Amino acid sequence: MDKGRLQKISDCIWQIPKSGQMRVPAFIFADSRLLSDMDEKVYTQLTNVSCLPGIVKGAMAMPDAHWGYGFPIGGVAAFDPDQGGVISVGGVGYDISCGVRCHRLDIKRERLLPKLSELIEELFRYIPAGVGSTGKIKLTANKLDDVLIHGAHWAVDKGYGFREELEFIEEGGRVRDADPSKVSSTAKERQKRQIGTLGSGNHYLEIQYVEEVFDKDAASAYGLEEDDVVISIHCGSRALGHQIGTDYLQILGAASKKYDIPIRERELVCAPIKSQEGSDYFKAVGCGINCALANRQVLGHLTRQVVQRIIPEASCQLIYDVSHNTCKVEKHRVNDKMRKLLVHRKGATRAFGPGHKDLPKIYKDVGQPLFIGGTMGTSSYILTGTTSGEELAWSSACHGAGRSMSRRAALKRWKGKGVINGLRAKGIILKAASLRGAAEEAPEAYKDVERVVDATHKSGLAKKVARLKPLAVIKG
Amino acid sequence: MEKLSPGWQTFDHVADIGIRGIGYTVEEAFENGAHALFSLLVDNPASIECRNEIDIECSSFDLTALFVAWINKLISISDMKHMVFGRFRVVINANSLSGKAIGEKWSVEKHGRGIEVKGATFTEALVEKREGLWIAQCVVDV
Repeated sequence: MDKGRLQKISDCIWQIPKSGQMRVPAFIFADSRLLSDMDEKVYTQLTNVSCLPGIVKGAMAMPDAHWGYGFPIGGVAAFDPDQGGVISVGGVGYDISCGVRCHRLDIKRERLLPKLSELIEELFRYIPAGVGSTGKIKLTANKLDDVLIHGAHWAVDKGYGFREELEFIEEGGRVRDADPSKVSSTAKERQKRQIGTLGSGNHYLEIQYVEEVFDKDAASAYGLEEDDVVISIHCGSRALGHQIGTDYLQILGAASKKYDIPIRERELVCAPIKSQEGSDYFKAVGCGINCALANRQVLGHLTRQVVQRIIPEASCQLIYDVSHNTCKVEKHRVNDKMRKLLVHRKGATRAFGPGHKDLPKIYKDVGQPLFIGGTMGTSSYILTGTTSGEELAWSSACHGAGRSMSRRAALKRWKGKGVINGLRAKGIILKAASLRGAAEEAPEAYKDVERVVDATHKSGLAKKVARLKPLAVIKG
Repeated sequence: MEKLSPGWQTFDHVADIGIRGIGYTVEEAFENGAHALFSLLVDNPASIECRNEIDIECSSFDLTALFVAWINKLISISDMKHMVFGRFRVVINANSLSGKAIGEKWSVEKHGRGIEVKGATFTEALVEKREGLWIAQCVVDV
């Protein structure tokens, strides 16, 4: 991206000044190099978002931002319903409530290593992964509605996990604004056999260990110290979320015309939050969020069952479960007044700082944990939300490394077996449902997660807590 | 863009992947676009046998949106019926499509496992005539 058009606010915060049709300025959180490497489309898409009705303060891009659909991936924007604010399909994306949950095993790496191979083999056998895979749970349309209303609570009621875990899931395990009547029968039909499945693409289950702790207080609150073993699971609302995105792209496309909202990119289609179409989409997104929370809860419990079978003394306690493709009504301070805003986070993680009322009691002093996936060959990070993040970006932070190379280019350069052998040489076991998927997800096809996390830390969006190193990975 | 000739291609996108169908008619371009989609979903599309026929109908507000709708319809039908398809027939009338997808039940052992496609998007989406050939393309979210 050409930095000449941006104003530098600090080393890791840049502003695109308001001009033309922009209602507010735009802000990019990145160091100079990340910004230079960022594609021009991020600039275009951010300025497009800043033109939408009812946007408050600014359109924002996180340090891992790249070209998305309407919004950039890594895009954050809040809209005021009382000021004609809109809800947009592009601000949520096709994988509604895709996110990461992290369980700690309460054992050290040296205790795990003799059992690592057996554990990952058994997890790979037990957890459905890859395109076309179906889960052990088969639901009728009526039963699926229960999932869409009750989210992770449904999973716990069915024996997948424990009630005490729900506190450690964003929104306590379910959002209230979900209405299954706003979700198409096609979306429900597609989801019937997908609860408890990992999916493919960049979704994963990864066994990791804590390589370094940066913030002892926060790490201690999360129950972690160096060499501890954790398991992270990255996936979302599966087919249901994808179909909701597809269906509402058409519905909000018509609504944009009906309400005379100029749209600069087709996936930025939107409707006023208070309109029938906007309200319907919001309630459908609620269903997508609950579906994802239920899905990850089931996966988390299946993982626990395997862990405890192979290593009986391990615990598999949920540290936290947080999404990165959502829109939610939240209260935020604007000009010294608390206002209810609809916050879109597309490829951006919610990151509440210390003291926030929605945090579990034991995290109140340190802030909300967030999990930043790197690549299967490098590092991932645990961060914590900050008070400054609330001021800067509605309590939002980055969500991953972001690709630096296209899937097609990666396929030309690497073979799946080569990627598996390369990781094995580094001591990392990769179990891949698809060799093609393994090649596309080669670690070298991603940006440097360290730089993304450092920019997040330096800008004040979130604070580094711990660095995780992969030991074994399941890719769909 | 690679050299134009009737058939299908995939093309680069930073995070996802583009699919493109090329044909002498707009219908042939749509059919070839569908072949590009199934080249992503399975490892060995040549192994798909054409045993069962599924009727598909969709409509939209212009030809480009119709192509996106066609691809999305194929993704959802493949998902719901757990099928993969190796032959397609399309008839387009204004902005409406009626067609057939012909294939069989999806089998990991037989067809291999590719990557999951979440949905067709409007990114890089177009349907147009160039150098005497029709092109239909879009980026799919994977």
